[in-house]
Amino acid sequence: MKEIINLPVQSIEEEEYHINMGPQHPSTHGVLRLVVTLQGETVKKVQPHCGYIHRGIEKMCEKDTYQQIIHLTDRMDYLSAHINNHAVCLLVEGALEVEVPERVKYIRTIIDELNRIASHQLWWCSFGMDLGGLTCFFYGLRDRERILDIFEESFGSRLLHSYYTPGGLMQDIHPNFQKRTKDFIKYFRKKIKDYDRILSGNVIFENRSKGIGVMSKEVAINYGVTGPSGRASGWVCDIRKKFPYGVYDKVDFKEVFRTDGDTYGRYMARLDEMRESMKIIEQLIDNIPEGDYSAKMKPIIKLPAGEYYQRVESARGELGIYCISDGNKTPVRFKFRTPSFVNLGVLDKISRDMKIADLVAIGASLDLVIPDIDR
Amino acid sequence: MAFNIYDFTSFNQSIDEALYEWLPPFWALIVEMTIIGLVFLLAYAIVGLLLVYAERKVCAFMQNRIGPNRVGPYGIFQTIADFIKLLMKELVYIKNSDKLLFNIAPFIVIIASFMAIAAIPFAKGLHAIDFDIGIMYVVAVSSLGVVGVLLAGWSSNNKYSLIGAMRSGAQIISYELSVGLSLLTIIVLAGSMQFSQVVEMQSTGWFIFKGHIPAVIAFIVFLIASTAETNRGPFDLAEAESELTAGFHTEYSGIKFAFFFLAEYMNMFIVASIAATVFLGGWMPFHISGLEGFNHVMDFIPPFVWYIGKTAFIIWLMMLFKWTFPRLRIDQLLNLEWKYLLPINLVNILIMAFIVLMGWHF
Amino acid sequence: MEAEKLIEKILEIVPEAQLEENKQFPTFLVPSGKFKSLAVKLKEEKELDFDYLFCLTGVDWGTEVGVVYHFTSSFLNHSVELKVKTENRENPEFDTVADLWKAAEFFEREVWDLFGIRFTGHPDMRRIFLEENWVGYPMRKDYTDEVNIVEL
Repeated sequence: MKEIINLPVQSIEEEEYHINMGPQHPSTHGVLRLVVTLQGETVKKVQPHCGYIHRGIEKMCEKDTYQQIIHLTDRMDYLSAHINNHAVCLLVEGALEVEVPERVKYIRTIIDELNRIASHQLWWCSFGMDLGGLTCFFYGLRDRERILDIFEESFGSRLLHSYYTPGGLMQDIHPNFQKRTKDFIKYFRKKIKDYDRILSGNVIFENRSKGIGVMSKEVAINYGVTGPSGRASGWVCDIRKKFPYGVYDKVDFKEVFRTDGDTYGRYMARLDEMRESMKIIEQLIDNIPEGDYSAKMKPIIKLPAGEYYQRVESARGELGIYCISDGNKTPVRFKFRTPSFVNLGVLDKISRDMKIADLVAIGASLDLVIPDIDR
Repeated sequence: MAFNIYDFTSFNQSIDEALYEWLPPFWALIVEMTIIGLVFLLAYAIVGLLLVYAERKVCAFMQNRIGPNRVGPYGIFQTIADFIKLLMKELVYIKNSDKLLFNIAPFIVIIASFMAIAAIPFAKGLHAIDFDIGIMYVVAVSSLGVVGVLLAGWSSNNKYSLIGAMRSGAQIISYELSVGLSLLTIIVLAGSMQFSQVVEMQSTGWFIFKGHIPAVIAFIVFLIASTAETNRGPFDLAEAESELTAGFHTEYSGIKFAFFFLAEYMNMFIVASIAATVFLGGWMPFHISGLEGFNHVMDFIPPFVWYIGKTAFIIWLMMLFKWTFPRLRIDQLLNLEWKYLLPINLVNILIMAFIVLMGWHF
Repeated sequence: MEAEKLIEKILEIVPEAQLEENKQFPTFLVPSGKFKSLAVKLKEEKELDFDYLFCLTGVDWGTEVGVVYHFTSSFLNHSVELKVKTENRENPEFDTVADLWKAAEFFEREVWDLFGIRFTGHPDMRRIFLEENWVGYPMRKDYTDEVNIVEL
């Protein structure tokens, strides 16, 4: 009964009981423990216990150089690893006021968007599986393998690449990269219609997701829920539009924005984001300018003393990095404001008075990646 | 002994006479019952193995992969390997559970499905017991399975199992109503509950064509309700892995789990057999009244093959349901039954009764 | 609102706040006693309307420990950064802002867990990543651990 001792003082009413959706569970997407207080089938309170994969990344960053920190950021949100790397590179390049070549900016944007599509594909397949449509899992992964093959050819690994470095890229892209990406876009445009046919239009799915876990705009802003979850509630918070980086100011894409704010809205927001990402890639893939793949940087990077904040739009929301430097080659404080950590806070609020089957759907629709929460 | 593949009655009679000739009547009866029991056990086991293999292959083809293909040519020995593994597993006993109920529960489920399969006709004459209340007997006996499920959940002494068993119990009891009422529609059309008569009457055309609109509606309702009753497909909330880790049979391991697993597939087989017999004609070939030549050609295929074909078709449909749709929540499930299927059923019976009275069927 | 007007407005509310020059956002070092009233004004005044707390960081500057807050207004599109520091390394305490911005609940629990800074008025002040019986605050500069930290 140790968890009861750890809980804050609360009154347990008659007929309420606690269930543990423990760290090993098929649908919590990682090692997250949820202690759920139920009355019959209705959820009264959800308490997350995190820390099962806390590795002390922020403490390690205080002893590592800036090039070494890139490798640590990969492992935080491993599904959008490139976007995490991009944030650190932008921070260092902004602090040193280094101008990266145009080629680097184009390639970084294209790879970020490919990574976003891959992350949303994995989200879609596990979302379908949690609701019981087990076939969705295989369809999503089959399409994601194509992107991972492109990555493996150019960067050498499938999931954690550490391909960006401060100043540019580690090496140039493979000559096949552009052709394979264009083939993938053609292939995936056909397949994403299948995704709609199997899940989005299904009446069982709509009953399981419409009106479930409604999050209003004020709640989203107060709890700080960014990313597709926040945009589905009507809060316009896309960092790519507000504080553009890379070449996002030169491409034409729509910011996906819905007003329903329930699980169905978050689901459709992510599907629409996949389509917008494909549009961005199509506009950029043929126009990559020639040039160097990296700017000239000193081998030992020392940021001038001061504080820097860099924000990027990861697949889950706003990833912010706050760095305090005193002029040495390692930072004094390197803080990651990760989107999953903040999005987890809203799980309790929106699952009140829902059924336990809905809790699974809501958790899946918030798209939490647990190493991102625990760092 | 005349072994006629089109008509097993003479074969059965000759065995019957031979036994009564050699043994006193009491012992002849015992030997007959033993033979039938053994044949059914064997058939049960073989059909169970085949169904598990079929499910894995169908599921794999739907998910764009191949399925078992290592153990034996095309993987046909995979299920045997699985069952050997289950037999050799350690049986885990829980300290504070009710030992008697815990051990009886899987047997109750198996016995219920076993009793139901005895009344179904497989071919002309190949029929274990021919009750004159055949259809009602099958529905009544298959509802004994609920007792097994509830006992399993209760005696496991585990919060998750109890929730799963309560959900499953509520679901099965509700959907039995729809199953019974949709079968009642066909009984109204046929005028008899005896299985052999129901099949004989379809020699001029299957009931799904004879009783046009109400029969088709009854068929669809029966398919939905029976998928829900066997805890399959989009109604498998009781064993939803992603929510409560296996539900009412969480605490069972080894051969007891194999019983639950087998009973689920056999229930699916029974329900598909009933649908095939009552709606699609059982072992009766596809006849169109009036076209004698066509009927003779159809008769060339043995009735046993017709029966297996129809049952396999319905089983394949049920497997497609499971691997396509997401799951329904428990309150949506019960809503579906009590607010939609039950009124549709009742109205359907009235329409069918009206049609029979007016003679507007084929 | 432009940066100069924003700076003026905040100095009006809390004259003891010290402005730090040449930073990315208008940055103020606020004495810990005045912080809560400033936070309430930041949220409620129509012209300021800071409704999004996007980062809350605990920092150990060596001699002092403190917290850095970053706020932004989703409607008026201006941002501000506030710092509170204390020399009291044994029992540092600040006022919570979790009643104003719910995003702060998890952030402040993390700061308590890793830095040992208590927030009075927080609804659920307990550790978030480490176990309840952990001794010490790992992110502090003077934290040593022979078992878990490898010094190269």
